Amino acid sequence: MAKLLNVDNPNNTSKNDTLNLEFVDEHALAIPTFKMLDDNGELYKDAQASSMDKETAIRIYETMRFIRVFDERMLAAQRQGRVSFYMQCLGEEAAVTGSAAALEDKDMIFAQYREQAALAYRGFTLEQFMHQNFSNEKDFGKGRQMPIHYGSKGLNYSTISSPLGTQIPQAAGYAYGQKLKGDKACTICYFGEGAASEGDFHAGLNMAAVHSAPTLFFARNNGYAISTPASEQFKGDGIAVRAVGYGMKALRVDGVDVLAVYEAVKKAREFAVENNAPVLIESIAYRLAAHSSSDDPTGYREKEEEETFRANCPIERFRRYMLKQGWLDEAEDEAAKEKIKADVLSALKVAEKVAKPALEEIVTDVYEDVPLHLQKQYEQLKQHILKYPEAYPATASRIEETK
Amino acid sequence: MAKMNMLQAINSALAIAMEENENACVFGEDVGAFGGVFRATSGLQEKFGKDRVFNTPLVEQGILGFANGLAAQGTLAIPEIQFADYIFPAFDQIVNETAKFRFRSGNEFNVGNLVIRTPYGGGIHGGLYHSQSPEAYFAHTPGLKLVFPRNAYQAKGLLAASLESNDPVIFFEPKRLYRASVGDVPEGKYTIPLGKAEIVQQGTDITLLAWGAQVEMLEKAAEMASKDGISCEIIDLRTVAPWDVETVSQSVIKTGRLVVSQEAPLTGGFASEIAATIQDECFLHLESPIERVCGLDTPYPLAHEKEYMADHLKVYEAIKRSINY
Ligand SMILES: Cc1ncc(C[n+]2csc(CCOP(=O)(O)OP(=O)(O)O)c2C)c(N)n1
Repeated sequence: MAKLLNVDNPNNTSKNDTLNLEFVDEHALAIPTFKMLDDNGELYKDAQASSMDKETAIRIYETMRFIRVFDERMLAAQRQGRVSFYMQCLGEEAAVTGSAAALEDKDMIFAQYREQAALAYRGFTLEQFMHQNFSNEKDFGKGRQMPIHYGSKGLNYSTISSPLGTQIPQAAGYAYGQKLKGDKACTICYFGEGAASEGDFHAGLNMAAVHSAPTLFFARNNGYAISTPASEQFKGDGIAVRAVGYGMKALRVDGVDVLAVYEAVKKAREFAVENNAPVLIESIAYRLAAHSSSDDPTGYREKEEEETFRANCPIERFRRYMLKQGWLDEAEDEAAKEKIKADVLSALKVAEKVAKPALEEIVTDVYEDVPLHLQKQYEQLKQHILKYPEAYPATASRIEETK
Repeated sequence: MAKMNMLQAINSALAIAMEENENACVFGEDVGAFGGVFRATSGLQEKFGKDRVFNTPLVEQGILGFANGLAAQGTLAIPEIQFADYIFPAFDQIVNETAKFRFRSGNEFNVGNLVIRTPYGGGIHGGLYHSQSPEAYFAHTPGLKLVFPRNAYQAKGLLAASLESNDPVIFFEPKRLYRASVGDVPEGKYTIPLGKAEIVQQGTDITLLAWGAQVEMLEKAAEMASKDGISCEIIDLRTVAPWDVETVSQSVIKTGRLVVSQEAPLTGGFASEIAATIQDECFLHLESPIERVCGLDTPYPLAHEKEYMADHLKVYEAIKRSINY
């Protein structure tokens, strides 16, 4: 048949014209969910063999176990009024830890905010987590942002920014720079299925695809964006299908299954770095926690729904696997949990006594140097505080000390 | 009359407008069954159905683009942006579209049926991205009306007037006062005119001017100053654009002194615009330089929030500087 239209884009995979007027069905493409481990912690019959070695498995398990306890304690601390805000990773620990474990340390991480497990896996210490949550002078972010807005240059973890979706095109740009530099590294970008509705999602994925940036777009589809269920967020088959529209490879994975997440991201990483190409990975794991400490899910979902998913715990599933492998001892596991609880409590007590950042941090880092007008504003502020020290107790005492 | 907090007052104004306007739609992130993260739209979906009160996908540019189209079609569109800090993805739709719809078409089309509601402001431990007061960006855009209530009563009346206005309005809600501001509010409909400032307290020595939650800071400072024998006239601007130059300049002509206070950073803020206009209008009546009490020229910090804020003590000091000039 003669070509009906002279479209000559080498990216068009379908070169066929047709005389039949037919819709392409909106569900023409359905992406399967990759799994390996069943609920009992056994590999499915015919499952792909696991490439995760014992050492990695232990590090992953320990990270998930730590984050579970840490999140629990920090939420309790928020309830007691010791920190102003908190967000848990509950239910998504495997998705976040398994994906981080499949990376190399030189790979960059751009997270949304619920990915503290990735940072813990990289080696962020309990004390460092605490200092950020208490906005004290030892927080890398100098106490400027709300709790859970972590960041670490040394661990290649870009500082969290609350405006949703903004990190998605940034990840593409970062990855492009890694490619130019010949780093043989990639950038992973985490975001929720809600944030994937932002314009920045489209911008970021299209840029990464067109400019061949080795970016792993990791969509955490956890069913909710605050109160909004995924069914009111999009009509298509989740997030993964969108990759096809951008000319990008896609994987969908059971986010409760840490072995599957690990294999999926490893494969995606290899492909991205070898071919300088982005990959979109969608993990499916229910957000068991409230959205944040400011949220009460009883206003928008049934307890029964939560209970069904609670039974499907990613850590428990992996724990069973670990026990079966003989890589974990039950008694030691219990003892470790108790120790983490104690450690968290004592780190908390230390961090809450560390001083707030010095007053001059209020004007630093706006620019590389503090310009004259800000020096002046700082001086005026200092004089004002000295006049009313009881109104600004956190900084007044420190200014008086240095006088 | 009923005792209402600001959220209930806003909810009541919305419900009345939705009854009066057959197809009026309320939409945004989490505003549907849940009633919004602050519960301002609580119960509206039950009352008016899912076609008129609905959750949108999480995309502010989409919310505002959709709202522009809906309003242009003739439906009263009442989108919510969950926090004013997150209005920026919709900046293009607001600045280039909402504000210019009428002008560019020679009034063939307009989006006068649009009211954007958004919680703004600090003092709630919100850090960089749950505290901003972005009015100056929008005040710099001709074609938008910017409205700020200071309490529950004002919120209901000003929102009702915004919903009746044939110009697009951004209705900035001081979230710090959502639950804290409780007062007598009529259950039925009433409106408070847009573009009119209100003299909240009469005085003779100095004029204090602010809008939204910042009016509370003026009131506290004025009380301190009154103990020093200083009589403050307090004005709530209520509409930041277009603003009531007349009421403010009349007051300054009387008192000879002006302190303007805003939550947002000093440089390029709306207080500067007011200072420029008032020195023009009242030059020969001014006894001292116009004082601006504002946030610092930095992003909004968390640990140093108290220090950062343009609080009543800073306003009080400005009053004294002005009087002792
Ligand atoms: C641009 C922007 N709009 C709105 C918000 C408010 N907000 C914070 S989290 C959130 C829901 C995000 O849901 P999702 O992306 O699915 O991630 P999850 O919380 O489920 O991990 C919303 C609406 C924001 N932070 N940024």
